[in-house]
Parts: sequence; C-alpha cells; structure tokens
Amino acid sequence: MKAVADKLPLDIETIRLDFPILKRKVNGYPLVYLDNAATSQTPQQVIDVIVDYYSNYNANIHRGVHSLSQEATDKYEAARKKIQQHFNVAKSHEIIFTSGTTHSINLVANGFAQELNTGDEIIVSALEHHSNIVPWQMLCEKTGAVLKVIPMTQEGELDMDAFHKLLSDKTKMVFVNHVSNALGTVNPIEEIIEATHKAGAAILVDGAQAAPHIKADLQALDVDFYVVSAHKMCGPTGVGMLYGKEKWLNKLPPYQGGGEMIATVSFEKTTYAELPHKFEAGTPNICGGIAFGAALDYMNAIGFENIASYEHMLLEYATKELLEIEGLKIYGTSKDKTAVISFNIEGLHPYDIGTIVDKLGIAVRTGHHCAQPIMDFFKIPGTVRASFSFYNTFEEVDVFISAIKKAKMMLQ
Amino acid sequence: MTIQEIQEEIVDEFSMFDDWMQRYEYMIELGKSLPLIEEKYKVEENLIKGCQSKVWVHADLIGDKLAFSADSDAIITKGIVAILIRAYSNQHPTDILEADNKFIDEIGLKEHLSPTRANGLVSMIKQLKMYAIAYQTQLD
Repeated sequence: MKAVADKLPLDIETIRLDFPILKRKVNGYPLVYLDNAATSQTPQQVIDVIVDYYSNYNANIHRGVHSLSQEATDKYEAARKKIQQHFNVAKSHEIIFTSGTTHSINLVANGFAQELNTGDEIIVSALEHHSNIVPWQMLCEKTGAVLKVIPMTQEGELDMDAFHKLLSDKTKMVFVNHVSNALGTVNPIEEIIEATHKAGAAILVDGAQAAPHIKADLQALDVDFYVVSAHKMCGPTGVGMLYGKEKWLNKLPPYQGGGEMIATVSFEKTTYAELPHKFEAGTPNICGGIAFGAALDYMNAIGFENIASYEHMLLEYATKELLEIEGLKIYGTSKDKTAVISFNIEGLHPYDIGTIVDKLGIAVRTGHHCAQPIMDFFKIPGTVRASFSFYNTFEEVDVFISAIKKAKMMLQ
Repeated sequence: MTIQEIQEEIVDEFSMFDDWMQRYEYMIELGKSLPLIEEKYKVEENLIKGCQSKVWVHADLIGDKLAFSADSDAIITKGIVAILIRAYSNQHPTDILEADNKFIDEIGLKEHLSPTRANGLVSMIKQLKMYAIAYQTQLD
C-alpha cells in the first residue's frame, strides 16, 4: 500500500486525524464507516465551530440590537455567502436556509400548487429518492396535474430518449436528482436542464448525493432550483439549502408563516419580508447554518477535484474486488457514478449481510434506500450499499471485502 | 415445559458459545431448521410490516394452546423467529402474555431489541402477543 499511498492525490492519514469518530471501535472492531451516502462524518474543525457558537455567541438573529445577536447574525449571513460562493450563485438571497433537502423540496412543491392546472404534467425520474417522489404525488393530487416518470435502463441510467419524448407543452416542471442515492449514477443534468427549458418548463435538481463529490456551478447549469443537505457534506444534520432563481423565489408564496418572514403584520393584512427571509419563518438552525459554512470551508480546503479523483480510485478498487466474489451482482453500472456500490449476493438477503458485517465493525446500509421503485425495477427486496468518502482508505476496502466473504461463508 | 423453562434451556444452549460468531452461526442453523409455515399463510395479513426483511407469522389454536408457525426471507431473522416460536409455541395465551423477554438479553441478542432494527424482535414479540390477546378473548 505504500507505493499506492505515494501516488494518492490526498494525504488520507492526516485527513483522518480530523475525524474523531474514526478512532472509535464498534462491536470490538475499528469502525469502518461506509454509509457516507446516508450521512457523512464531521471533522473537528466543524465540531469546533458548533462548540464555539454555543460557548461564545449563542443568540437569536436578525432581531436583537445587542452585540451577541449582531455577532450571530453576521456569522450566519457570512455562512450564506460562503454557500453562495461555493455554488457560484448570483445573489446571496437566492440561497434559502432550510432543514435539509426534504424541506427544500416540499417548500418548492407547495409553492408550485398555484402554477398548476388539471392536465398539466410533472416529470420525475425513476431514480428518485422517496423525498423527490412523494411531494410531487401530493402536489398532483392537489392540483389534478399528472406525474410522468423517466424510465431507467438495466445499467441504472436514465433513458434519455424516453425523457425527450415525455417533454411537451403540457410539461410544467421536471424533478431529477443529480446523483442517485441508491445506485450512485450521475445523471446528465446539463442535457435535462436545457431540454426542460426548451419545453418552457421549470426544473428542480436534487443535489443531496452530488454535493459531497461534485462542486456544482449553478449559474453555469442555469438550473431553476437546486437543493442539498449539509449533513452529507461534513456538516451537521437539520440544515440544508434551497437555491432558487430570484424570479422563481419572488413568484412562489411563503411556505410557513411566523416570525422573521414578515415585513408588517396587522389583522387586516400582512406583507411578507424580502428574500431570503420570506422563506425562513421562525428561528432558524443558526448554529447549523454557520457550521454548514465551516463544512464547505473544510471540503474546499481539501479540494473537490482531489476528493473526486481519490474517491474514484476507491470505487474502482472496491468494485474490482467485490466482483471477484462468486454470485455477487452490482446494481447501477453506469460509467459515470459516484463512490457508491449497491449489490447483492445470490441467495442471500441484504439484511443478513448487513447484520454480519456490522458485527465486524463495518457500517453499510441495507434495504431499499428510500428508493422502492428502483428495487421493484430490479425485482429485489433491497441491496447492500457501501458508499465511500475521501476519508476512507484502501485498507478499509480490504477489511470490508473480507467481511463480506466471511458473511457469505456464514450465511450460505 | 413452561415458557420460563424453555427460555432457560435456550439461555443454557447459548451460554456454550464464546463469541458472537458462534452465536450467529447457531442462530442461522436454527433458522434453517425452522419448520416452514404453510404457503397459504404467507399472505399480506400475516406479514409483520417493516422495511428490512419480511416475516410472516401464523397462529392456530389447538385445544387451549397456541401453535405458531413462521417464515422470513432473511436467515438471521428466521433464526430469531425460530427462537421465539420455540419459547412461545404450544402455550396457553395467558402464559404468553405474562412471559417476559429477559432471555433475549441473556443470549446476547440485545441489539435486535433496538427500535432501529426494523422488523426485528420487538415487532415479532408484539405480534405473538397480539395473537395471544385475540385467542385469549376467544377462550374466555
């Protein structure tokens, strides 16, 4: 491994020291954390920011005249600017803090109700997470709009010919993820965005699984909405962002009423606050927002190109080793995918495999990954999903492979 | 044998193993030897709902005792069901309702009692007790 280590784009051993959790043992074995697509681990630099917030300047924002409130407000707004810069967004008020991707999607789905009439069409992809299916189904029930689905191929890629045929003047909105959570497929969103706009519709891209690996330039993409969660990119849980083009955010109605989102209130009429506050009712996750900014700083210091190229090496190595195991089948074999491997072993239930490898200290996800339509497509109850991050090592891949072999031996 | 006696017997068997791997291997063996539920009972109504593995449980009243049969598509889950059925099958509904589940902890399967183990022990035990409540009413 020494020879390999010299060629790596990242100094993994030093990076790993930033993550206190990676030192712990699980069930008596050193933790091998391969559930990064569910949530990423948090570096000390981000933990320090959280501790600093509650230790030194915890206060409610945008309201108080006192110094602590000012300080907290400044840091929170500075975090918004960091997010703006990271995603190359034109205006900082186009970044709305939310509790995460699901909240962001629901905010848009709710707002779009007024844009839709009976017979209008909404297109989602067959690769979606339930959180990008259910809100649109609810919206269709409410408005009489019709949900159309872009089918997928055996490789786990979107059938783009079928997508282009689905688009018509009835299409009002398209919702697709940038990267599939269950399979890791990177979707051709540039092509999807361009075609959607040509058809005169709006598009929301769910970037939850892409953001930890790909730095998206939202102005270049020309996407209408882009949503992410901080906890998948080294940040805390309970905070995320909704990016929306200014014209759309002005058009959509507020999602929740409350403090912070109003300009004036009387019993006759309330006028809403300007962007972004119109969509940020109530006291937000202040500490979370600030820590989200710190997480972006951390990842940018390592560099997204380095992250992507290292994770790709891990993916290729793990894929090659797994395929040596007899009866093992990988779902999602697109050439363009993030470091996610979803697989099953013939005759074995993914739950059993997950249970055994957990006893060996390895964290993987088993089940349908909140993407039941994908599992139905492959006619399987679920898969074992190993998802890698830049802090995982080749040695950990080896430990994982031998654990899978052990599980296979025990279960067969 | 009473439920408690059977539970003690199971605890005894598991105490022979030194590590988790042997315990799990034994559980997998038990799973493989579980008498299969009749195909006609593997229906939606008998399915314990959850998101990981499928578990079907069926109960028959024979005299004043409840006989359980079950199956699962996951082998470890099947082993757990086998242990539960051994403890609770062919017992009076009242005894099933009064039984405690401390033996699960004692055989080193405590982690399966966690609510995150969807479809795990907790919902299975609940299902067995639901049957017991239903049939107890019938016996009364």
